Amino acid sequence: MSAHILTVDDSASIRMTTKIALTGAGYQVTEAVDGLDGLNKAKAGRFDLIVTDLNMPNMNGLSMIEALRKSAAHMGVPIIFLTTESDAEMKARAKAAGATGWITKPFDAEQLVKIARKVLGK
Amino acid sequence: MTSLDPIQVFRTEAAELFEQIESGLLDLLNDLSDQDTIDAVFRGLHTLKGSGAMFGFEALAAFTHHCETAFDRVRKGQVPATDELVAAVLDAQDHMKALVSTPQGDHEDASNRLLAALHAAVGGAATTGHVVTPPLPQASAQAAAPASAPAKGQAFHIAFRLPANAMINGTNPLGLLDELRELGECTVKADLSTIPGLGSLEPTDLYIGWSVDLVTEQGRDAIDDVFIFVMDDMDIKVTEVAPVEAKAAEAAPAAKAASPAPEATLQKAEPAKAPGNEPKHGGKQAENVRVPAERLDELMDRVGELVIAQSRLSQLAGSSADLHLRAVSEDVERLSGELRDTMMVLRMVPVGSLFGRFRRLVHDLARETGKVIELETEGETTEVDKTVIERLADPLVHLVRNSIDHGLEPPDERVAAGKDKTGRVILSARQSGGEVIITIKDDGRGINRDRVRAKAESSGLIQPGQMLTDQELLQLIFQPGFSTAAQVTNLSGRGVGMDVVKKTVEALRGVIDVRSENGRGSEISLRIPLTLAIIDGLLVRVGAGSYVIPLSAVEECLELSLEDDLRSRGRSFISLRDNLVPFLRLRELFETGTPPDRYQKMVVISTGDARVGLVVDQIIGDHQTVIKSMSKLHHDVVTFSGATILGDGGVALILDVTHLVAVGQYQEAHLRAAG
Repeated sequence: MSAHILTVDDSASIRMTTKIALTGAGYQVTEAVDGLDGLNKAKAGRFDLIVTDLNMPNMNGLSMIEALRKSAAHMGVPIIFLTTESDAEMKARAKAAGATGWITKPFDAEQLVKIARKVLGK
Repeated sequence: MTSLDPIQVFRTEAAELFEQIESGLLDLLNDLSDQDTIDAVFRGLHTLKGSGAMFGFEALAAFTHHCETAFDRVRKGQVPATDELVAAVLDAQDHMKALVSTPQGDHEDASNRLLAALHAAVGGAATTGHVVTPPLPQASAQAAAPASAPAKGQAFHIAFRLPANAMINGTNPLGLLDELRELGECTVKADLSTIPGLGSLEPTDLYIGWSVDLVTEQGRDAIDDVFIFVMDDMDIKVTEVAPVEAKAAEAAPAAKAASPAPEATLQKAEPAKAPGNEPKHGGKQAENVRVPAERLDELMDRVGELVIAQSRLSQLAGSSADLHLRAVSEDVERLSGELRDTMMVLRMVPVGSLFGRFRRLVHDLARETGKVIELETEGETTEVDKTVIERLADPLVHLVRNSIDHGLEPPDERVAAGKDKTGRVILSARQSGGEVIITIKDDGRGINRDRVRAKAESSGLIQPGQMLTDQELLQLIFQPGFSTAAQVTNLSGRGVGMDVVKKTVEALRGVIDVRSENGRGSEISLRIPLTLAIIDGLLVRVGAGSYVIPLSAVEECLELSLEDDLRSRGRSFISLRDNLVPFLRLRELFETGTPPDRYQKMVVISTGDARVGLVVDQIIGDHQTVIKSMSKLHHDVVTFSGATILGDGGVALILDVTHLVAVGQYQEAHLRAAG
């Protein structure tokens, strides 16, 4: 069974790119449009990896990550966040909130898949 | 089909972001300190930049970066939001739109000019002054690390210990070891010395350290890449060793690795609450599925067919004694009704989305004309069929431009007339029965009836001295060819003309009312049916034919007694609660050649203020109707707005209410004139 990945982004184009890249690599992908939606979907389903934007309406990525890490079911699920440039402060805060790693925008499909493989352990 | 071209998706998204940013900026003009709005604008710019860079709109990303930076500083309270800043970003936004539509164009001059303005607006510190191209696509985990590695294998000793919460945070140590193994020949040893006793062991924490001897051809960078996400929080020591000595050198670093597990203080040190609980902003980002409009139309057609099939089923079941069949038929009837309602709701869009664009228009027009204008909108949540919204956009723009350009006076003239110097334009929408009424109202000088008449006479639209009702006179402004060169300014002269406004509204089966008071302002109302595809109708019989009257127009039904009928011969009026209502005998109008039914009925219909009675032979009942448009051959038929298929497969024509009311009113006017 292929890994199931949740992509959380308020930008439809980024979600689509992420989805195309990851489905192309054989993963199953579900989309969520903001942190709140992401949190609800993550709680309702079982995901092997969550790829999330940080700056989103309704609930930002940081809060979503924190909330997820508080639930026992989501301890250990890799969470990768997207960050626009190498913003050290944001990166540190996301890591502190419980993120596993990050990918810097702009990214291409190959980079994303590579990172997904890395945190999923192939 | 959802478009699978990400560039196209990005363009659509950018358009939405522009709308969001723009409405935020305009909101800020009212309240410069509104933190939610500042955040929303920042977020819009941020997403625009990020997505832009993803899809190769580098100039856009670089330019937007500066606006984002400026707003970031406002957000963090480093600089105040000012009118200048908002104006600068509004201007910049037009430029961004250009960067989206023609990314290859030469935009450098404009970019630099706008950035200078932005620069000035935030006190010079926001930007670096010139355009910086964003970093080229490059993953943080440098996928293809420069192959500076030596050609031959190099030996490393790696001792590492991950933070205690690493596994909770999704890092799989075994995965890291696998990655190291992929780099080359590898010996792994676990350091179990720091595992505590069972009593104090946290099952989710990580207590094990590892030491790895690796011979790889890929160099040090590749090792760093393995640990990229945890590098900052972990203990790691990588030493390069000569292959032969690898084993001997093992002991020393291992001691370091055995040091106490790094404290997990970082984990929850800062609860990060400040940006955490962003309030819901305007509910703008509700979950949406984008569906192409033609899909909806297709679905609508199917639902229409279903409704027709269902009414045939009902008819069959009604004449059957089979109770089971009747039960099923009732279920299907209920379900198809619900399906139809859901379908209608799917197509409904709040007019607010349309009104949103006018704020910018008014802002721009105010700057161009030097008039002080306040735009008020009411009833943004009123919902209208999507197609209607799309088709109304241009006519409304024209009407608003017209109000501002011709209606509102310059401030000094207003003050001289004893009015407030701020001119008001009110754009409102409300639902009334099966119609939505959109009104554009201004408190300007009003329509000058003498000038309208003079113009109409000089352009041959009416005969000199021709008798016209006030409404007829005002409606002249919608005649093709009415707008004269003297009247066309660079504002209203653009885009569609008033005649096109009228044509569009009529094509939507709507009507336009004009009211105007000299010196006090004008009001133009568009009354448009809520939906175009399915209506609730009243099925009637006239002669041998069946006809449908849109139920939304029906006020009441009454019996036309033989006496009333005879008494009113020649003067087709009936007294309805002390009001004289003209009526039309459809049997005569349609020339059925049949004698009147013994018990004729009258259906009173209305559009707005005007009423007319329609005399029919029989009222059959209400009927949900899917409107089928008439063939090309019948496009000039005015009495009917369409046709529909009945349960028994027969065809019924749908009466055009607007037209019939107009005929009735005309008849009334003439009879009155004749005394």
